Amino acid sequence: MPYSYIEEIVTADAAFRAWGQTLEETFISAFDATTNLMVDDLESITKKEVRVIEVNDRSEEMLLFQILQELIYLKDTFCLFLRLQKASIEKKDGLFIFRGEAAGERIDNTKHHLAVDVKAVTLHLFSVRKTDFGWEAMVVLDI
Amino acid sequence: MSSPLELQKITGTIWELPRTFRSGMNVPARIYATEKLIESMDEGVFNQVANVAMLPGIVKYALCMPDGHWGYGFPIGGVAAMDPSEGVISPGGIGFDINCGMRLVLTNLTIRDVRPNLERLIDRLFREVPSGVGSQGWIKLSRNDFLKITQQGARWLVERGYGWGEDLEKTEENGCAEGADPSRVSERAFERGLHQLGTLGSGNHYLEIQFVKPGHIFDKSTASVFGIKSDEQVVIMFHCGSRGFGHQVATDYIQVFLRAMEKYHITAPDRELSCAPFSSPEGQEYFVAMKCAINISFANRQLILHQIRKVFSEVFGRSAMDLGMHQVYDVAHNTAKLEEHIVDGVKRRLLVHRKGSTRAFGPGMGGIPEVYKETGQPVIIGGSMETGSYLLKGVSSGDQTFYSTTHGSGRVMSRRAARRQYRGKDVQKKMAEEGIYTRTSSFSALAEEAGGAYKDIDEVIEAASQARISRPVVRFSPVGSVKG
Repeated sequence: MPYSYIEEIVTADAAFRAWGQTLEETFISAFDATTNLMVDDLESITKKEVRVIEVNDRSEEMLLFQILQELIYLKDTFCLFLRLQKASIEKKDGLFIFRGEAAGERIDNTKHHLAVDVKAVTLHLFSVRKTDFGWEAMVVLDI
Repeated sequence: MSSPLELQKITGTIWELPRTFRSGMNVPARIYATEKLIESMDEGVFNQVANVAMLPGIVKYALCMPDGHWGYGFPIGGVAAMDPSEGVISPGGIGFDINCGMRLVLTNLTIRDVRPNLERLIDRLFREVPSGVGSQGWIKLSRNDFLKITQQGARWLVERGYGWGEDLEKTEENGCAEGADPSRVSERAFERGLHQLGTLGSGNHYLEIQFVKPGHIFDKSTASVFGIKSDEQVVIMFHCGSRGFGHQVATDYIQVFLRAMEKYHITAPDRELSCAPFSSPEGQEYFVAMKCAINISFANRQLILHQIRKVFSEVFGRSAMDLGMHQVYDVAHNTAKLEEHIVDGVKRRLLVHRKGSTRAFGPGMGGIPEVYKETGQPVIIGGSMETGSYLLKGVSSGDQTFYSTTHGSGRVMSRRAARRQYRGKDVQKKMAEEGIYTRTSSFSALAEEAGGAYKDIDEVIEAASQARISRPVVRFSPVGSVKG
């Protein structure tokens, strides 16, 4: 699993590290890590609906911040559990532009083993950085 | 856990980090805790309360209450009073769940009346008060209705039959923060919140049926004013906030404030402490947007109260009024308010941030219901679902913390660690053996909320009492629980 939850910090909330060889892979991992906090088994999410996610920002870090916020918005507004399928990032005029497709279905407590709700993405200890092996993101979520 | 070497013991329950602890601290930081609690406090608390002390315009101390634990930005249990003309407002000092709070409801039933009906009550409450990830409310509201609720709060619902007039009198701010301006709220916040009114949420949010064990009324005359008349009396306590609407308002303004910090040349050691001068356009816009979320939170708890009354009425075949289902109080623990306080002998208007801390106004103070003027305000403290909860009262000596006290027992174990240590189904079984019937939307969440993941509530209340920032009135024991 290209993400790992961190036990030792933020006692009341949740934190994880996510990895990937590319920025896109790292963001897909972070997306899964966030969804996996809300549903115990990611494989129980059937890909019935597709939502296009398009966001941009001035840094890789804030780009991930925007993407995860999008996930939370779609969860609350349309009651969807989603997994990111495709992701592409391009840089243009100083902006990082993300385009991705997230697939999933309506939250169904008879089918999905629900975990805890994610209220928000925090900026506490938030980071996206290049490593010797690719990229690593660290995220703290408000529960 | 080891506390910093610089930590100085002021009294048996007050600990101070001097300004020299970290460069940039404008005031010292004070933590309220017994020796036992301070020893178990995680390192994040010390770092975060020191960070809060660096915020511009902070007055006297950055404070942390006895249930303090590592949060984001402020520690949970953090209190900071800002000078409104020179100081800042920070969403990180309020929390994403704006105006998250507690409501306590009386009954004239005893545990002997409730025990035979307990499973029916909890099963129905579990159905009628939606909880957990993705839950939606039962009330159908147009966007325009919702917009009015952002301005009018619980009042809008009471006027339409979802509550009693007296509920508003016994709600902080009478259930409506005046001056809320929905034009300062994003469309996304409306979209997220529109279908969630009347839902409990998840995490540490809950609805419990509780009762008074013999010997657990500590202050009989105050308890009587609060409506707790005898041992074995049953009450209902619940904990929830402003749901996705409030979360989105905070999220939006944290980003606005990151830009504002550059504009106003403010630095903070944690981006979650992003802030803006309170008097700036950005600060004022957040303040009136935050008030919309405060109103949604009051309305959310009002609608849940309506459902609780309905369920009890159906199960016992008596009206809610006949069952004595009066509200004791509704009080928030994630908020920022303009209040008047005496600082070094001078009356000052301050913007008091409380993040995981409950306002605890003492006797004779303004802003609390007339009926509680002589006793001090009721302070509702939710413990872990396995142990117990408290009703406290505000006291005059609470001026040392800007009349703020604890808000719960506070975690000692991270959610992830709790999940590794406990299994939700085992927790449910153990609670059943202890006489507590529980329904949950999530067994993972139940494991995370196990009693062992929390501090000892009695120790936390003892700390608050010894420090004279609030006094215990009644201890409640859980008997039935709905967990999100």
